[in-house]
Amino acid sequence: MIRVVLPYHLQNLARTGREVEISVEGEPTLRSVLEALELKYPVLRGTIRDQVTGQRRDFIRFFACGQDWSLEPWETPIPAAVLEGREPFRVVGAMSGG
Amino acid sequence: MSGVRVLVGTRKGAFILTSDKKRKKWKVSGPHFAGWEIYHIQGSAVNPNRLYASQSTGWFGQIIQRSDDGGETWEPVGKDFNYEGDPGTHMFFDGTQHPWEFKRVWLLAPSLTEADTVYAGVEDAALFKSTDGGQTWHELAGLREVKGHLWQPGAGGMCLHTIVQDPSNPKRMFIAISAAGAFRTEDGGETWSPINQGLKSPYELPDAEAEVGHCVHNIAMHPSRPNVLFMQKHWDVMRSDDSGNMWYEVSGNLPSDFGFPIAIHAHEPETIYVVPIKSDSEHFPPDGKLRVYRSRTGGNDWEALTKGLPQEDCYVNILRSAMAVDTLDSCGIYFGTTGGQVYVSSDSGDSWMPIVSNLPAVLSVEVQTLK
Repeated sequence: MIRVVLPYHLQNLARTGREVEISVEGEPTLRSVLEALELKYPVLRGTIRDQVTGQRRDFIRFFACGQDWSLEPWETPIPAAVLEGREPFRVVGAMSGG
Repeated sequence: MSGVRVLVGTRKGAFILTSDKKRKKWKVSGPHFAGWEIYHIQGSAVNPNRLYASQSTGWFGQIIQRSDDGGETWEPVGKDFNYEGDPGTHMFFDGTQHPWEFKRVWLLAPSLTEADTVYAGVEDAALFKSTDGGQTWHELAGLREVKGHLWQPGAGGMCLHTIVQDPSNPKRMFIAISAAGAFRTEDGGETWSPINQGLKSPYELPDAEAEVGHCVHNIAMHPSRPNVLFMQKHWDVMRSDDSGNMWYEVSGNLPSDFGFPIAIHAHEPETIYVVPIKSDSEHFPPDGKLRVYRSRTGGNDWEALTKGLPQEDCYVNILRSAMAVDTLDSCGIYFGTTGGQVYVSSDSGDSWMPIVSNLPAVLSVEVQTLK
Protein backbone atom coordinates (compact mmCIF):
# COMPACT_ATOMS: atom_id res chain seq x y z
CA MET A 1 0.00 0.00 0.00
CA ILE A 2 1.12 3.50 -0.79
CA ARG A 3 0.24 6.17 1.73
CA VAL A 4 -0.80 9.52 0.25
CA VAL A 5 -1.18 12.62 2.39
CA LEU A 6 -3.68 15.07 0.98
CA PRO A 7 -3.93 18.83 1.58
CA TYR A 8 -6.75 19.98 3.85
CA HIS A 9 -9.16 21.11 1.13
CA LEU A 10 -8.82 17.87 -0.82
CA GLN A 11 -9.41 15.86 2.35
CA ASN A 12 -12.70 17.70 2.74
CA LEU A 13 -13.59 17.33 -0.91
CA ALA A 14 -12.90 13.59 -1.00
CA ARG A 15 -14.27 13.14 2.54
CA THR A 16 -11.17 11.35 3.74
CA GLY A 17 -8.79 11.72 6.61
CA ARG A 18 -5.39 13.30 6.25
CA GLU A 19 -3.88 10.15 4.81
CA VAL A 20 -5.31 7.67 2.31
CA GLU A 21 -3.98 4.36 1.06
CA ILE A 22 -3.87 3.29 -2.54
CA SER A 23 -2.47 0.39 -4.49
CA VAL A 24 -0.84 0.76 -7.87
CA GLU A 25 -1.07 -1.67 -10.76
CA GLY A 26 2.17 -2.17 -12.71
CA GLU A 27 5.25 -0.02 -12.29
CA PRO A 28 4.73 2.61 -9.60
CA THR A 29 5.57 6.01 -11.06
CA LEU A 30 4.45 9.53 -10.29
CA ARG A 31 1.82 9.15 -13.01
CA SER A 32 0.50 5.79 -11.86
CA VAL A 33 0.28 6.93 -8.24
CA LEU A 34 -1.84 9.91 -9.23
CA GLU A 35 -3.94 7.82 -11.59
CA ALA A 36 -4.60 5.31 -8.81
CA LEU A 37 -5.49 8.13 -6.44
CA GLU A 38 -7.96 9.62 -8.96
CA LEU A 39 -9.43 6.20 -9.68
CA LYS A 40 -10.16 5.60 -6.00
CA TYR A 41 -11.37 9.17 -5.44
CA PRO A 42 -12.86 10.41 -8.73
CA VAL A 43 -13.73 13.77 -7.22
CA LEU A 44 -10.01 14.51 -7.09
CA ARG A 45 -9.65 14.25 -10.85
CA GLY A 46 -8.73 17.69 -12.11
CA THR A 47 -7.79 19.05 -8.70
CA ILE A 48 -4.16 17.92 -8.74
CA ARG A 49 -3.60 17.65 -12.49
CA ASP A 50 -5.49 19.82 -14.96
CA GLN A 51 -8.08 17.53 -16.54
CA VAL A 52 -7.53 18.95 -20.02
CA THR A 53 -3.74 19.23 -20.19
CA GLY A 54 -2.91 16.53 -17.65
CA GLN A 55 -0.26 18.82 -16.21
CA ARG A 56 0.33 19.42 -12.52
CA ARG A 57 -1.56 22.44 -11.31
CA ASP A 58 0.65 25.44 -10.67
CA PHE A 59 0.21 25.52 -6.89
CA ILE A 60 0.49 21.79 -6.27
CA ARG A 61 3.70 20.13 -5.17
CA PHE A 62 4.70 16.50 -4.57
CA PHE A 63 7.00 15.78 -1.66
CA ALA A 64 8.40 12.42 -0.55
CA CYS A 65 11.41 11.31 1.46
CA GLY A 66 12.49 14.89 2.05
CA GLN A 67 12.61 15.72 -1.65
CA ASP A 68 10.49 17.73 -4.06
CA TRP A 69 9.35 15.48 -6.91
CA SER A 70 7.12 18.08 -8.54
CA LEU A 71 9.35 18.83 -11.49
CA GLU A 72 10.35 15.25 -12.24
CA PRO A 73 8.98 13.53 -15.37
CA TRP A 74 5.72 11.68 -14.90
CA GLU A 75 7.40 8.33 -15.55
CA THR A 76 9.83 8.77 -12.64
CA PRO A 77 9.65 5.71 -10.34
CA ILE A 78 8.57 6.55 -6.85
CA PRO A 79 11.06 5.88 -4.04
CA ALA A 80 11.16 2.44 -2.49
CA ALA A 81 10.33 3.85 0.94
CA VAL A 82 7.04 5.19 -0.45
CA LEU A 83 6.28 1.98 -2.29
CA GLU A 84 6.83 0.01 0.91
CA GLY A 85 4.65 2.37 2.94
CA ARG A 86 7.48 3.52 5.20
CA GLU A 87 7.19 7.08 3.92
CA PRO A 88 4.09 8.92 2.66
CA PHE A 89 3.71 10.55 -0.72
CA ARG A 90 2.61 14.08 0.06
CA VAL A 91 0.40 16.17 -2.21
CA VAL A 92 0.91 19.73 -1.05
CA GLY A 93 -0.97 22.95 -1.72
CA ALA A 94 1.93 25.35 -2.19
CA MET A 95 2.31 28.50 -0.13
CA SER A 96 0.79 31.23 -2.24
CA GLY A 97 -1.15 34.39 -1.71
CA GLY A 98 -1.87 36.20 1.52
CA MET B 1 -40.78 26.40 5.00
CA SER B 2 -42.33 29.54 3.58
CA GLY B 3 -40.24 32.66 3.42
CA VAL B 4 -36.97 33.38 1.71
CA ARG B 5 -33.67 31.61 1.24
CA VAL B 6 -30.74 33.85 0.31
CA LEU B 7 -27.81 32.11 -1.37
CA VAL B 8 -24.54 33.93 -0.84
CA GLY B 9 -21.28 33.11 -2.59
CA THR B 10 -18.12 34.56 -1.05
CA ARG B 11 -14.36 34.45 -1.44
CA LYS B 12 -14.16 31.86 1.32
CA GLY B 13 -17.29 29.76 1.13
CA ALA B 14 -21.05 29.78 0.69
CA PHE B 15 -23.64 30.96 3.19
CA ILE B 16 -27.38 30.34 3.23
CA LEU B 17 -29.53 32.92 5.00
CA THR B 18 -33.16 32.07 5.74
CA SER B 19 -36.08 34.00 7.14
CA ASP B 20 -39.84 34.01 7.25
CA LYS B 21 -41.89 36.43 5.16
CA LYS B 22 -41.26 39.29 7.54
CA ARG B 23 -37.54 39.15 6.74
CA LYS B 24 -36.54 40.58 10.12
CA LYS B 25 -35.01 37.58 11.89
CA TRP B 26 -32.46 35.51 10.05
CA LYS B 27 -30.78 32.16 10.41
CA VAL B 28 -27.28 31.89 8.97
CA SER B 29 -25.94 28.58 7.70
CA GLY B 30 -22.30 28.21 6.66
CA PRO B 31 -19.64 28.43 5.65
CA HIS B 32 -20.30 25.66 3.18
CA PHE B 33 -17.16 24.64 1.23
CA ALA B 34 -15.12 26.69 3.69
CA GLY B 35 -12.01 28.22 2.25
CA TRP B 36 -13.09 27.86 -1.39
CA GLU B 37 -14.25 30.65 -3.65
CA ILE B 38 -17.94 30.33 -4.41
CA TYR B 39 -18.52 32.46 -7.48
CA HIS B 40 -22.20 31.59 -7.65
CA ILE B 41 -24.87 29.54 -5.93
CA GLN B 42 -28.32 29.34 -7.44
CA GLY B 43 -31.55 27.36 -7.02
CA SER B 44 -33.85 25.84 -9.59
CA ALA B 45 -37.19 27.51 -10.26
CA VAL B 46 -38.62 24.10 -11.15
CA ASN B 47 -37.37 22.34 -8.03
CA PRO B 48 -36.43 24.94 -5.39
CA ASN B 49 -34.61 22.40 -3.24
CA ARG B 50 -32.15 21.77 -6.03
CA LEU B 51 -29.22 24.12 -5.72
CA TYR B 52 -26.00 24.38 -7.69
CA ALA B 53 -22.76 25.94 -6.50
CA SER B 54 -19.63 26.85 -8.40
CA GLN B 55 -16.69 26.06 -6.12
CA SER B 56 -13.11 26.81 -7.12
CA THR B 57 -9.67 27.86 -6.01
CA GLY B 58 -6.48 28.74 -7.80
CA TRP B 59 -4.92 25.69 -6.16
CA PHE B 60 -7.35 22.93 -7.01
CA GLY B 61 -9.44 24.20 -9.93
CA GLN B 62 -13.16 23.91 -10.52
CA ILE B 63 -15.77 21.83 -8.68
CA ILE B 64 -19.53 21.92 -9.22
CA GLN B 65 -21.67 20.97 -6.22
CA ARG B 66 -25.35 20.08 -6.24
CA SER B 67 -27.83 19.88 -3.42
CA ASP B 68 -31.27 18.29 -3.65
CA ASP B 69 -32.38 19.25 -0.16
CA GLY B 70 -32.09 23.01 -0.16
CA GLY B 71 -28.45 23.12 0.85
CA GLU B 72 -28.48 20.70 3.78
CA THR B 73 -26.23 18.24 1.95
CA TRP B 74 -24.16 18.50 -1.21
CA GLU B 75 -22.64 16.17 -3.76
CA PRO B 76 -20.00 17.04 -6.35
CA VAL B 77 -21.20 16.57 -9.92
CA GLY B 78 -19.50 16.98 -13.28
CA LYS B 79 -16.68 19.43 -13.80
CA ASP B 80 -15.43 18.64 -17.29
CA PHE B 81 -15.89 21.84 -19.25
CA ASN B 82 -14.26 20.95 -22.54
CA TYR B 83 -14.57 23.41 -25.38
CA GLU B 84 -16.15 21.98 -28.50
CA GLY B 85 -13.62 21.07 -31.17
CA ASP B 86 -10.55 23.24 -31.60
CA PRO B 87 -11.33 26.20 -29.37
CA GLY B 88 -9.10 28.55 -31.35
CA THR B 89 -7.90 31.88 -30.02
CA HIS B 90 -9.14 35.21 -28.76
CA MET B 91 -7.58 38.64 -28.39
CA PHE B 92 -5.25 38.96 -25.42
CA PHE B 93 -4.16 41.99 -23.39
CA ASP B 94 -1.07 42.48 -25.54
CA GLY B 95 -3.00 42.41 -28.80
CA THR B 96 -1.89 38.92 -29.76
CA GLN B 97 -4.18 35.94 -30.19
CA HIS B 98 -4.32 33.67 -27.14
CA PRO B 99 -5.69 30.13 -26.89
CA TRP B 100 -9.05 29.65 -25.21
CA GLU B 101 -8.42 28.12 -21.76
CA PHE B 102 -11.02 27.11 -19.21
CA LYS B 103 -10.47 28.84 -15.87
CA ARG B 104 -13.67 28.80 -13.81
CA VAL B 105 -17.44 28.85 -13.77
CA TRP B 106 -18.80 32.31 -13.02
CA LEU B 107 -22.50 31.63 -13.15
CA LEU B 108 -24.93 28.72 -12.95
CA ALA B 109 -28.42 29.21 -14.37
CA PRO B 110 -30.91 26.38 -13.86
CA SER B 111 -33.50 26.15 -16.62
CA LEU B 112 -36.82 27.83 -15.91
CA THR B 113 -38.71 24.82 -17.30
CA GLU B 114 -36.57 21.66 -17.22
CA ALA B 115 -35.63 20.28 -13.81
CA ASP B 116 -32.37 18.66 -14.92
CA THR B 117 -31.19 21.36 -17.32
CA VAL B 118 -28.70 23.94 -16.15
CA TYR B 119 -26.45 26.42 -17.96
CA ALA B 120 -22.96 27.49 -16.93
CA GLY B 121 -21.19 30.69 -17.94
CA VAL B 122 -17.45 30.22 -17.82
CA GLU B 123 -14.10 31.95 -18.20
CA ASP B 124 -12.60 31.94 -20.87
CA ALA B 125 -15.98 33.00 -22.13
CA ALA B 126 -18.30 30.24 -23.26
CA LEU B 127 -21.71 28.83 -22.43
CA PHE B 128 -22.15 25.23 -21.36
CA LYS B 129 -25.33 23.22 -20.91
CA SER B 130 -26.13 20.14 -18.87
CA THR B 131 -29.33 18.15 -19.25
CA ASP B 132 -28.55 15.64 -16.51
CA GLY B 133 -28.40 17.80 -13.43
CA GLY B 134 -24.81 18.87 -13.89
CA GLN B 135 -23.26 15.45 -14.35
CA THR B 136 -22.07 16.16 -17.89
CA TRP B 137 -21.62 19.41 -19.78
CA HIS B 138 -21.42 20.33 -23.44
CA GLU B 139 -20.57 23.67 -24.95
CA LEU B 140 -23.04 25.71 -26.99
CA ALA B 141 -20.18 26.58 -29.28
CA GLY B 142 -22.12 28.71 -31.75
CA LEU B 143 -21.67 31.61 -29.36
CA ARG B 144 -17.92 31.80 -29.89
CA GLU B 145 -18.46 31.96 -33.64
CA VAL B 146 -19.75 35.51 -33.20
CA LYS B 147 -16.38 37.18 -33.69
CA GLY B 148 -14.86 35.32 -30.75
CA HIS B 149 -11.39 36.09 -32.05
CA LEU B 150 -12.08 39.78 -31.25
CA TRP B 151 -13.22 39.22 -27.67
CA GLN B 152 -10.70 40.12 -25.02
CA PRO B 153 -10.49 39.86 -21.25
CA GLY B 154 -11.50 42.68 -18.97
CA ALA B 155 -9.68 43.20 -15.69
CA GLY B 156 -11.69 40.40 -14.11
CA GLY B 157 -11.00 37.97 -16.92
CA MET B 158 -12.85 37.08 -20.11
CA CYS B 159 -15.92 35.75 -18.42
CA LEU B 160 -19.47 34.91 -19.38
CA HIS B 161 -21.14 36.27 -16.27
CA THR B 162 -24.79 36.90 -17.14
CA ILE B 163 -27.44 34.49 -18.39
CA VAL B 164 -31.02 35.74 -18.79
CA GLN B 165 -33.69 33.26 -19.88
CA ASP B 166 -36.94 34.38 -21.51
CA PRO B 167 -39.75 32.81 -19.46
CA SER B 168 -42.15 33.10 -22.40
CA ASN B 169 -39.83 31.35 -24.86
CA PRO B 170 -37.37 28.66 -23.69
CA LYS B 171 -35.47 28.95 -26.98
CA ARG B 172 -34.55 32.57 -26.31
CA MET B 173 -31.69 33.55 -24.02
CA PHE B 174 -29.49 36.56 -23.49
CA ILE B 175 -25.92 36.41 -22.20
CA ALA B 176 -23.22 38.95 -21.46
CA ILE B 177 -19.45 38.71 -21.56
CA SER B 178 -16.68 40.96 -20.31
CA ALA B 179 -15.34 42.32 -22.58
CA ALA B 180 -17.29 41.19 -25.61
CA GLY B 181 -20.81 42.49 -25.03
CA ALA B 182 -24.32 41.09 -25.09
CA PHE B 183 -25.61 38.28 -27.28
CA ARG B 184 -29.00 36.67 -27.98
CA THR B 185 -30.08 33.26 -29.17
CA GLU B 186 -33.50 32.42 -30.60
CA ASP B 187 -32.86 28.70 -31.04
CA GLY B 188 -31.84 27.44 -27.62
CA GLY B 189 -28.19 28.35 -27.97
CA GLU B 190 -27.26 26.90 -31.34
CA THR B 191 -26.77 30.26 -33.05
CA TRP B 192 -26.24 33.72 -31.60
CA SER B 193 -26.37 37.37 -32.60
CA PRO B 194 -24.54 40.28 -31.01
CA ILE B 195 -27.01 42.80 -29.56
CA ASN B 196 -24.84 45.81 -28.89
CA GLN B 197 -26.31 48.54 -31.09
CA GLY B 198 -26.68 51.75 -29.16
CA LEU B 199 -23.90 50.92 -26.70
CA LYS B 200 -21.12 53.48 -26.69
CA SER B 201 -17.71 52.83 -25.15
CA PRO B 202 -15.56 55.82 -26.15
CA TYR B 203 -13.10 55.36 -23.29
CA GLU B 204 -12.61 51.62 -23.74
CA LEU B 205 -12.78 50.94 -27.48
CA PRO B 206 -11.11 52.53 -30.51
CA ASP B 207 -14.47 52.22 -32.28
CA ALA B 208 -16.88 53.42 -29.62
CA GLU B 209 -19.83 51.70 -31.29
CA ALA B 210 -18.16 48.44 -32.26
CA GLU B 211 -20.32 45.38 -32.85
CA VAL B 212 -18.46 43.46 -30.12
CA GLY B 213 -16.03 44.42 -27.38
CA HIS B 214 -18.24 46.36 -24.96
CA CYS B 215 -17.81 45.67 -21.27
CA VAL B 216 -21.33 44.76 -20.24
CA HIS B 217 -21.56 44.25 -16.48
CA ASN B 218 -25.06 42.90 -15.96
CA ILE B 219 -28.47 42.57 -17.64
CA ALA B 220 -31.91 42.24 -16.01
CA MET B 221 -35.33 41.32 -17.39
CA HIS B 222 -38.73 41.38 -15.74
CA PRO B 223 -40.54 38.09 -16.44
CA SER B 224 -43.75 39.86 -17.45
CA ARG B 225 -41.98 41.91 -20.15
CA PRO B 226 -39.28 39.75 -21.73
CA ASN B 227 -38.66 42.22 -24.56
CA VAL B 228 -37.54 44.94 -22.17
CA LEU B 229 -33.97 44.64 -20.93
CA PHE B 230 -31.98 46.81 -18.56
CA MET B 231 -28.20 46.86 -18.59
CA GLN B 232 -25.50 48.14 -16.29
CA LYS B 233 -22.55 48.67 -18.58
CA HIS B 234 -19.01 49.51 -17.49
CA TRP B 235 -20.18 53.09 -17.80
CA ASP B 236 -23.85 53.87 -18.57
CA VAL B 237 -27.15 52.36 -17.50
CA MET B 238 -28.94 51.25 -20.66
CA ARG B 239 -32.38 50.08 -21.69
CA SER B 240 -33.75 48.18 -24.67
CA ASP B 241 -37.43 47.86 -25.53
CA ASP B 242 -36.92 45.43 -28.41
CA SER B 243 -35.01 42.47 -26.96
CA GLY B 244 -31.66 44.11 -27.38
CA ASN B 245 -31.91 45.18 -31.01
CA MET B 246 -31.29 48.76 -29.91
CA TRP B 247 -30.18 50.21 -26.58
CA TYR B 248 -30.56 53.72 -25.23
CA GLU B 249 -29.13 55.35 -22.16
CA VAL B 250 -31.23 55.88 -19.02
CA SER B 251 -28.48 56.97 -16.61
CA GLY B 252 -30.27 60.30 -16.06
CA ASN B 253 -29.42 61.94 -12.74
CA LEU B 254 -27.29 59.15 -11.24
CA PRO B 255 -24.23 60.49 -9.38
CA SER B 256 -22.17 57.99 -11.39
CA ASP B 257 -23.38 55.65 -14.10
CA PHE B 258 -20.55 53.21 -13.44
CA GLY B 259 -21.55 50.12 -11.50
CA PHE B 260 -21.98 46.40 -11.61
CA PRO B 261 -25.40 44.91 -10.73
CA ILE B 262 -28.86 45.92 -11.90
CA ALA B 263 -32.17 44.52 -10.65
CA ILE B 264 -35.89 44.95 -11.26
CA HIS B 265 -38.71 45.08 -8.71
CA ALA B 266 -40.66 41.80 -8.73
CA HIS B 267 -44.06 43.45 -9.16
CA GLU B 268 -43.24 46.75 -10.88
CA PRO B 269 -41.47 46.24 -14.21
CA GLU B 270 -40.57 49.92 -14.47
CA THR B 271 -38.90 50.02 -11.05
CA ILE B 272 -35.19 49.29 -11.30
CA TYR B 273 -32.23 49.39 -8.94
CA VAL B 274 -28.53 50.09 -9.38
CA VAL B 275 -25.65 50.80 -6.99
CA PRO B 276 -23.47 53.59 -8.42
CA ILE B 277 -19.73 53.17 -8.06
CA LYS B 278 -17.43 56.15 -8.38
CA SER B 279 -15.48 55.05 -11.44
CA ASP B 280 -13.61 52.26 -13.18
CA SER B 281 -10.50 53.44 -11.36
CA GLU B 282 -12.11 53.68 -7.92
CA HIS B 283 -14.43 50.79 -7.22
CA PHE B 284 -16.34 52.19 -4.26
CA PRO B 285 -19.43 54.35 -3.76
CA PRO B 286 -19.14 58.08 -4.51
CA ASP B 287 -18.34 60.18 -1.43
CA GLY B 288 -18.08 57.11 0.80
CA LYS B 289 -21.89 56.87 0.91
CA LEU B 290 -23.48 53.52 0.15
CA ARG B 291 -26.58 54.40 -1.83
CA VAL B 292 -28.86 52.20 -3.85
CA TYR B 293 -30.60 54.18 -6.56
CA ARG B 294 -34.16 53.39 -7.59
CA SER B 295 -35.99 54.54 -10.66
CA ARG B 296 -39.76 54.08 -10.77
CA THR B 297 -39.88 55.27 -14.37
CA GLY B 298 -37.72 52.67 -16.09
CA GLY B 299 -34.67 54.89 -15.85
CA ASN B 300 -33.58 58.53 -16.15
CA ASP B 301 -35.24 59.69 -12.92
CA TRP B 302 -33.45 58.17 -9.95
CA GLU B 303 -33.79 58.55 -6.20
CA ALA B 304 -31.17 57.68 -3.61
CA LEU B 305 -32.13 55.03 -1.06
CA THR B 306 -30.05 55.53 2.07
CA LYS B 307 -32.07 54.63 5.16
CA GLY B 308 -30.12 51.99 7.06
CA LEU B 309 -27.08 52.13 4.76
CA PRO B 310 -23.74 53.65 5.84
CA GLN B 311 -23.50 57.26 4.72
CA GLU B 312 -19.90 57.95 5.60
CA ASP B 313 -16.56 56.21 5.21
CA CYS B 314 -17.96 53.35 3.17
CA TYR B 315 -15.58 52.04 0.52
CA VAL B 316 -16.91 48.63 -0.43
CA ASN B 317 -17.89 47.41 -3.88
CA ILE B 318 -21.01 45.55 -4.98
CA LEU B 319 -20.19 42.98 -7.64
CA ARG B 320 -22.29 42.19 -10.69
CA SER B 321 -24.00 39.08 -9.37
CA ALA B 322 -24.46 40.39 -5.85
CA MET B 323 -27.95 41.89 -6.04
CA ALA B 324 -31.28 40.06 -6.23
CA VAL B 325 -34.97 40.44 -5.43
CA ASP B 326 -37.59 38.20 -3.86
CA THR B 327 -41.19 37.99 -5.02
CA LEU B 328 -42.91 38.67 -1.70
CA ASP B 329 -45.22 41.61 -1.18
CA SER B 330 -43.62 44.08 -0.59
CA CYS B 331 -40.70 43.14 -2.78
CA GLY B 332 -37.45 42.40 -0.97
CA ILE B 333 -34.17 43.72 -2.37
CA TYR B 334 -30.84 42.17 -1.36
CA PHE B 335 -27.22 42.96 -2.06
CA GLY B 336 -23.83 41.89 -0.80
CA THR B 337 -20.60 43.85 -0.56
CA THR B 338 -16.92 43.15 -0.85
CA GLY B 339 -16.78 44.14 2.83
CA GLY B 340 -18.82 41.09 3.77
CA GLN B 341 -22.18 42.70 4.46
CA VAL B 342 -25.45 41.40 3.06
CA TYR B 343 -28.24 43.98 3.23
CA VAL B 344 -31.97 43.43 2.89
CA SER B 345 -34.80 45.82 2.27
CA SER B 346 -38.22 44.31 2.89
CA ASP B 347 -40.01 47.42 1.63
CA SER B 348 -38.83 47.73 -1.96
CA GLY B 349 -35.75 49.72 -1.01
CA ASP B 350 -37.20 52.35 1.31
CA SER B 351 -35.18 51.07 4.27
CA TRP B 352 -32.35 48.60 4.75
CA MET B 353 -30.82 46.42 7.43
CA PRO B 354 -27.77 44.19 7.41
CA ILE B 355 -28.51 40.47 7.65
CA VAL B 356 -24.83 39.74 8.24
CA SER B 357 -21.93 42.15 8.52
CA ASN B 358 -18.70 40.22 8.60
CA LEU B 359 -18.68 37.58 5.90
CA PRO B 360 -15.79 37.21 3.47
CA ALA B 361 -16.08 39.39 0.37
CA VAL B 362 -19.43 38.67 -1.25
CA LEU B 363 -19.27 37.53 -4.87
CA SER B 364 -22.92 36.70 -5.51
CA VAL B 365 -26.36 36.92 -3.95
CA GLU B 366 -29.44 35.04 -5.14
CA VAL B 367 -32.84 34.77 -3.49
CA GLN B 368 -35.43 32.04 -3.48
CA THR B 369 -38.98 32.84 -2.44
CA LEU B 370 -40.33 29.68 -0.83
CA LYS B 371 -44.00 28.81 -0.70
